[in-house]
Amino acid sequence: MSVPVHTLFFAAYRDRLGLSELTVELAQGATVADLVAELRGRGSPFDILPEQPAVAVNRTYAMLDEPLGAGDEVAFIPPVAGG
Amino acid sequence: MIFARVASEVIDPAEVLARVGSDRDGATLLFLGVVRDHADDRPVSGMRYDAYEEMAGEVLSKIAAEAAERLGTDRVAVVHRFGELAIGEVSVAIAVSSPHREEAYEASRYVIEQLKERLPVWKKEHYVDGVSEWVEGNVPPGTASGAEPVAVGVAVGTGGDA
Repeated sequence: MSVPVHTLFFAAYRDRLGLSELTVELAQGATVADLVAELRGRGSPFDILPEQPAVAVNRTYAMLDEPLGAGDEVAFIPPVAGG
Repeated sequence: MIFARVASEVIDPAEVLARVGSDRDGATLLFLGVVRDHADDRPVSGMRYDAYEEMAGEVLSKIAAEAAERLGTDRVAVVHRFGELAIGEVSVAIAVSSPHREEAYEASRYVIEQLKERLPVWKKEHYVDGVSEWVEGNVPPGTASGAEPVAVGVAVGTGGDA
């Protein structure tokens, strides 16, 4: 059974990937770290993502060990610059 | 009342200001963040703000609620804009009111400092020479803070200064 998660890319990440969203299938029990490894493992252009990126899971900031479930929304958050 | 909004519409400072103030309040403060015409010594022609709109609205509401708690009242209003902004346009407006000035200054400062740390919003400066670059930002608390990979080409920020 694979688990589909919905990933979002913003600002510099979106520009450099040429992509604002992507659905990724992960193994049951996968974490944010597994998602990052899966994407970076695809090579260019996904290798521009940091090994330890800031992310939000379902609109809440999260660490890399956060478990993911089907339908979760994972946003890759470049350093923020509001104001 | 506490009011927080992230939107693409032009910000009307008077409308934000009108959301605070009461007969109990002797101090009302309005802070405006405005797009300026330079970054260090480099002339700037405009700014693009991107937002993770749904999350940014939630984070801004939390920040306003925290500020209200510090203020000891509920009179805090903040609006952050996204989209393409020209020089002189307002990117953020923060209005607070309180019986005395100390709490109002503290709450206003809290909102602007926290949103710079935590709000999922990004800005890209458009320079007069035709180049555009994302402004270096802060890694939000509660996230991994690994360094950006060594990039070939355009830098995306330092990623390590939180």
